[in-house]
Amino acid sequence: MTTSSNFLSNLALAIILFPLLGCLIAGFFGKKIGQRGAHWVTTLMVGASFFLSIYLVKLVVFDNLTFNGAIYTWGSSGNFVFDVGFLIDRLSALMMLTVTFVSFLVHIYSIGYMKGDPGYQRFFSYISLFTFAMLMLVSANNFMQLYFGWEGVGLVSYLLIGFWYKKNSANEGGLKAFLINRVGDLGFILGIGAILAFFGSVDYATVFSQAPALAASNAMVNIYPHIHWSAITVICLLLFIGAMGKSAQMPLHVWLPESMEGPTPISALIHAATMVTAGVYMVARMSPLFELSPVSLSVILIIGGTSALFTGILALVQNDIKRVVAYSTLSQLGYMMAALGASAFSAGIFHLFTHACFKALLFLAAGSVIIGMHHEQDMRKMGNLRKYMPITYVTFLIGALALCAIPPFAGFYSKDTIIDAVHLSTVFGGTYAYYCVLIGTFVTALYTFRAFFMTFHTEERMDQHTRETIKESSAVVWIPLLVLAVPSIILGWVLEGPMLENLFGNAIYTASQYDTLSTIASDFHGSWAMMLHAVFTLPFWLAIAGVFCAWFAYVCRPQLPAVLAQRFSTLYTVLVHKYGFDEFNNWFFVKGGIRFANWLFRVGDIKILDDLMVNGSGRVVAWLSAAARKLQTGYLYHYVLAMVLGVLVFGVWYS
Amino acid sequence: MTLSAYLIVSSILFGLAIAGMVINRKNLILLLMCIELMLLSVNTNFIAFSHFSGNLQGQLFVFFILTVAAAEATIGLAILMVFFRRQHTISVQEMNSLKG
Amino acid sequence: MLLQQVVFYFFAISLIFSASMVIFSRNPVTSALFLVYSFFNSAILWMMLNAEFLSLVLIFVYVGAVMTLFLFVVMMLNIDTETLRKGFIKHAVLAVGVVIVVLVLMMMAIWTGNLAGLPDIQAPANYSNTHALGNELYTHYVYAFELSAMLLLVAIISAISLSHHKPKRKTQNISSQVDAKPKDRVHLINMSSEKKV
Repeated sequence: MTTSSNFLSNLALAIILFPLLGCLIAGFFGKKIGQRGAHWVTTLMVGASFFLSIYLVKLVVFDNLTFNGAIYTWGSSGNFVFDVGFLIDRLSALMMLTVTFVSFLVHIYSIGYMKGDPGYQRFFSYISLFTFAMLMLVSANNFMQLYFGWEGVGLVSYLLIGFWYKKNSANEGGLKAFLINRVGDLGFILGIGAILAFFGSVDYATVFSQAPALAASNAMVNIYPHIHWSAITVICLLLFIGAMGKSAQMPLHVWLPESMEGPTPISALIHAATMVTAGVYMVARMSPLFELSPVSLSVILIIGGTSALFTGILALVQNDIKRVVAYSTLSQLGYMMAALGASAFSAGIFHLFTHACFKALLFLAAGSVIIGMHHEQDMRKMGNLRKYMPITYVTFLIGALALCAIPPFAGFYSKDTIIDAVHLSTVFGGTYAYYCVLIGTFVTALYTFRAFFMTFHTEERMDQHTRETIKESSAVVWIPLLVLAVPSIILGWVLEGPMLENLFGNAIYTASQYDTLSTIASDFHGSWAMMLHAVFTLPFWLAIAGVFCAWFAYVCRPQLPAVLAQRFSTLYTVLVHKYGFDEFNNWFFVKGGIRFANWLFRVGDIKILDDLMVNGSGRVVAWLSAAARKLQTGYLYHYVLAMVLGVLVFGVWYS
Repeated sequence: MTLSAYLIVSSILFGLAIAGMVINRKNLILLLMCIELMLLSVNTNFIAFSHFSGNLQGQLFVFFILTVAAAEATIGLAILMVFFRRQHTISVQEMNSLKG
Repeated sequence: MLLQQVVFYFFAISLIFSASMVIFSRNPVTSALFLVYSFFNSAILWMMLNAEFLSLVLIFVYVGAVMTLFLFVVMMLNIDTETLRKGFIKHAVLAVGVVIVVLVLMMMAIWTGNLAGLPDIQAPANYSNTHALGNELYTHYVYAFELSAMLLLVAIISAISLSHHKPKRKTQNISSQVDAKPKDRVHLINMSSEKKV
């Protein structure tokens, strides 16, 4: 190990452990250090992590250093060794930078947002813990540590969704998130188990180097008698199920809207910028595996495309400002997944970065609105807020433009690349996904600007008391907004070129037959040219059309949406019920589970176990012994006779 | 004499002992006597084989069988005494306290 | 040779006859006596097989000790033989069946056993069966020998403890004497004194 890589691992260790230290101090000594102490210590720690991450990115991206190695052996069993180790390359370094950046800003923002909350120290401890777990996840060099981080962020997500534990809906939302994530995590751990079974190792480097051989050897997994699947496809699909749970892809997306019961900074940090993108990161990280399985690429593409369009449509009927943003997160995650399915892993991660910035911005701006409205989240009770909250207004507008992929904002570059990549994709389902993401741009613009107009324009619908007290939020709230607005504007413009020119280096592998990004790269003549070219492309005009429709329906003709809802009442009902996923889950899994459990109780427990097995074995014993006691006559000569006959039988048998 | 002649005599003796156990099946003391007869026939077998195969092992077995048979007869008779003292009969028919 | 055959057949038939009388006689005492007789007969047969020591042990130990014990027991117990012999004929049929099967099996074994080739070697004149047995017994079989001695000791002790009759003795029961209270023994009765008439 050279000195520089040693330094790199120590640096990564410092970045990861600072938030944990902050979490422990705020968690265990929260009462002693008070609210100010808690937010100072955690914010400073995460801030230190953030600045170290900048240095790390400088070392990794500009000086081309990498580190891959174990730093601690956590456990070993037989031939399997589970290490705590880091893989610091361009992908993980940039992820760490994104995570610490958003986390740092959210820490600052929370000082204002959580002011006066009884669980103040607990909150800061949790978000620091989350930062630690997320950093563990992205910096892992093996699947066990990935899983540790994966479960860690899931746990903190649960804790933070249910942060206001006295509120029933918060508890239910947390539980729902946790339970649905269990479904995904089950697939994920099965995938890790399959990897361990087939490769005998959980180390990324080992697995990736052996993966082509496994794919070439055509190893099969016996799913069911006579049904054999390619091992690599099974592994990829299982891992993707994990990603579906964490990144809230259809049909496991239902937990994300419920997670909005948590405090808004949490929604920004966990449920928009970082944790939900863990699935995207994981799939990109596993690109050497996924590239070997066209089936799983198709599945990812189709599910990503479906999620991108259909969850976006749901945002059209939501009235809670946070839920609109939440559904847009679902939709954007769908875009990222579609990019991964089209083998444009770099584009997916690129969209992850830009999305982290502008979605955190949108959430924090929405949070600022919520503070201003005294924790009122219903957009029907807002309106014309630009008069009262100019900074929030501007920053929200920047976020909305970035989200709608209007050039030159960040979202334009990443999303346009994704749409092109999906268009170029040759795997099965590519055309379907292309139309989904294409129509998605229109829907995105429509719902985003619907929320924007309803909140900041139109007439004032709030009550008298709110109107009198409403004012711009404090500096700790709007400074993060301004800071986030900067990358939301320029990040795409800056990164588009490097991204196409192999920003992530060896961290991402693309098979040559799927390499959609190289085609795009060959047509790429700089960010300016791409922006100017956008005027001649369909996605741009669709987005403009979405903005215009939103303006027309909610500003010019405010009565139009109600008329449309009445006209298309069936469609409207379907949307309000979110395609009935919740109803189906309730009916099938919850009620069905209860019915099944009842059936098991009545038939399995009472009849089979209690009656047949427990009492039944007793009865059989009684019956057998009743038969056997007839043999025990007690008369000696019967025994003698039996002995004699036995001797005779033996004699006859062996003679 | 041939070995077969001795074996035939001892097997007839064994058969008579079994017959005695069947027909005198209520009289415990006669059952014991029949056991003695059986052992006698077995011993005769052993001694005949020992003689005709030219080694002493058969006789040594008989020696130990006699020892065990003496012990068995003694204890059997002692049990018989105790039983008679309690039940005032030695009829095997009355011995059914083992009935399940 | 002829003499040997005569002796063998005589005692063999006598043995079978006496064994039949053991099982068929009505009186247990007769049975016991015929058992003694059959022991004698087989002792002669054993003698013909050069097992002098065992044949004498059979007579001295078995007849002298065990059969005497049998006779004692039979005579000590007042046995109602008539009830014990009920169903004699009915069981005789079963007995005959069983015996026939046993005999057929044994005869088959003897005939198919290929035993004809074994020679009937008479021991030389200076051969001592007792000496040869003792040699074996105190060398190769010494543990078994000691175990059988132990077995006999156990048999003696158990026989005595089983049949030993505890007499009812008039002894002091010290603990009940100590436990005794005055009120258990003496009743004070309050009587009104007699009036003078």
